[in-house]
Amino acid sequence: MVVAQIEHEITIEAPRERVWQVLTQPRHVAEWFGDSAEIDLRPGGKAVFGWKEHGQFQATVEKVVPHDFFSYRWAHEADEAPVTGRSTLVEFTLIAEGADTRLKVVESGFDRLSLPPEQQRKHAEENTEGWHQELEELRQYVVAQ
Amino acid sequence: MNVVVADNRDQIDNGQIGEALAALADLTRRQLLDQIAAAGGATATRLAGGMPITRQAVVKHLSVLTQAGLVTAQRQGREVRYAVQPSRLRQVEQWAARAAEQWESRLDAIKHIAERE
Repeated sequence: MVVAQIEHEITIEAPRERVWQVLTQPRHVAEWFGDSAEIDLRPGGKAVFGWKEHGQFQATVEKVVPHDFFSYRWAHEADEAPVTGRSTLVEFTLIAEGADTRLKVVESGFDRLSLPPEQQRKHAEENTEGWHQELEELRQYVVAQ
Repeated sequence: MNVVVADNRDQIDNGQIGEALAALADLTRRQLLDQIAAAGGATATRLAGGMPITRQAVVKHLSVLTQAGLVTAQRQGREVRYAVQPSRLRQVEQWAARAAEQWESRLDAIKHIAERE
């Protein structure tokens, strides 16, 4: 019922080296992904994907295995840091099939996205209140013995 | 060439889908939702009977599900009866389908660029 991840794959009539370029070079990424792209292609490197109508989305590169595998964690909201719980993980796998390349993408973590900070705080407060009530019930129970 | 469709993130962030996804991110709440759906509606007391958590905790989870529009709450005598609200789940499904389509068109665009040179 809950969408934990989205998967898709496609076969491209081009070698992996070529697909890798299109996948990771900002000038190409700006063509197929957003309207602009910056990528520091190394683990921990920063990336920014921009959409004219949606703003700038920050990402952190996770894993880079040239021609094989590329992953990054990108922020769920514009101008937010791509921290855990506020971002999803995008993983690309490239598999050579003769002269062609099978490109697979998995975006995951939708089910682990947490609430915006102000709502998180509200929930935390509600939970704290709940514990107070439960402890008070327990106290009364103990006192009544 | 295939045009990459508009990004969906503004809709899931600011809209009700985001709240629904966040509510569904919790395993206990998903289990509660499944139980309510299977029973065709249930009270907190009945739901608490089938869960390893207190009735109070169940009520809190139900309030998150209600706020997210995933269940409706209707007073019935001394208790509140909860029922699944299918429309919000459908919206979540539609969102997921759109998100999948976006990757489909992005991969098509990659294919187009890679094969053109």
